Amino acid sequence: MHEMSLAESVLQIIEDTARKQGYTRVKKVWLEIGQLACVEQESLRFCFDVVMRDSVAHQARLEIIEMAGQGHCAKCLIEMPIAALYEACPKCGSYEIQVTGGDEMRVKELEVE
Amino acid sequence: MCTTCGCGIGQTFIAGHALKQPRKPGGVMRYRVHGDGAAHTFQHGALDFGAGAAGTHVPGISQSRMVKIERDILAKNNDYAAENRDYFSTHGIFALNLVSSPGSGKTTLLVKTIAALHGTLPITVIEGDQQTDNDAARIRAAGAPALQINTGKGCHLDAYMVGQAIQQLGLQDESLLLIENVGNLVCPASFDLGEAHKVVILSVTEGEDKPLKYPDMFRAADLMLLNKCDLLTYLEFDAGLAVDYARRINPTLKVIRISASSGEGMAEWLDWIAKGCHNAVAAVQRTAEPKVLLE
Ligand SMILES: Nc1nc2c(ncn2[C@@H]2O[C@H](COP(=O)(O)OP(=O)(O)OP(=O)(O)O)[C@@H](O)[C@H]2O)c(=O)[nH]1
Ligand SMILES: [Mg+2]
Ligand SMILES: [Zn+2]
Repeated sequence: MHEMSLAESVLQIIEDTARKQGYTRVKKVWLEIGQLACVEQESLRFCFDVVMRDSVAHQARLEIIEMAGQGHCAKCLIEMPIAALYEACPKCGSYEIQVTGGDEMRVKELEVE
Repeated sequence: MCTTCGCGIGQTFIAGHALKQPRKPGGVMRYRVHGDGAAHTFQHGALDFGAGAAGTHVPGISQSRMVKIERDILAKNNDYAAENRDYFSTHGIFALNLVSSPGSGKTTLLVKTIAALHGTLPITVIEGDQQTDNDAARIRAAGAPALQINTGKGCHLDAYMVGQAIQQLGLQDESLLLIENVGNLVCPASFDLGEAHKVVILSVTEGEDKPLKYPDMFRAADLMLLNKCDLLTYLEFDAGLAVDYARRINPTLKVIRISASSGEGMAEWLDWIAKGCHNAVAAVQRTAEPKVLLE
């Protein structure tokens, strides 16, 4: 259940920025979560609501922008979409695939007032 | 000191300097999140949010505005991890983060490792478990100082906890630090502690396809120890297949087959540690141009 820690980290980032930017209420939070990131989205949504309670982001809406998995084959040098870490290269069958995208977990932006 | 839980947070942090905090070898450290949800912040750990494009108005919504953040959710953990790593590298400490599912044999392996390396170099252990001091007690009985971190409901160690633990422990220069993470094949993969390597332990009673089921951990590790190999004759476990699966996830993964019980493969593991320690010390000497030691 590290989604709880992730939600707490999101709140830390929101609170730190609140001090700098001088907002008192967060209405919407956009997160970018990669398809290959180690996150269970439903669990993150649940933890998000729990953690934001009574904070500056109380009842904020959570928008998750899913980022597609991208890989690069070390053998035949092609770029390909990948849905899981154990996929083979569709062209040469090699498992030497470097993840080039889709493992991110970022706080992208906020709607505040 | 933190007024909520008295945990010493807010005091000066490590960042490569010798510490002046009271040391409590063999203590127990309990970690909890503050009741007010507030984060502990360090003075010099200044955050940079890239001075985002604040003030952009959302059309039609009078008071609302958009604030660009563009910050990694784990950025704070990664900052703490970088400080730990910096501390290790300036002090010639070789730090390993041992991760596995519960019961794969981490503590048994550590006990045997401590016994085998006895007298050759200083070893310190940080034990992570949700509850109990049992594993730290086993390590102390084996002759090494150990600090137990109880994560309560937490399912992993994070870099902040480890930073606090190393302050309390007072590590020796040119030593080996072994961190036994909470038994969990999922969550510890995401949290960098500042270690040189994650070492994943897979025991042969767990099934060959664990690497495929929990790929993140096998991707994050540099070394896999296939433990309990003494049991292979009693099981239908295909060790070659398990290694194949692990290398699908991580083609450069190094694998050593061991048995913490029988001692099989231990020599190769100890040799790997010795090389790592040697390199950690050599790296300090390389960078040790005429420098002033900050005390
Ligand atoms: N047969 C055999 N048993 C082992 C071996 N290594 C550990 N065990 C046994 O496996 C059980 C669990 O070992 P621990 O060392 O406590 O495992 P752990 O990974 O530290 O467990 P947690 O900290 O609870 O996650 C114990 O009963 C050990 O005796 C091994 O190489 N062979
Ligand atoms: Mg243990
Ligand atoms: Zn290919």
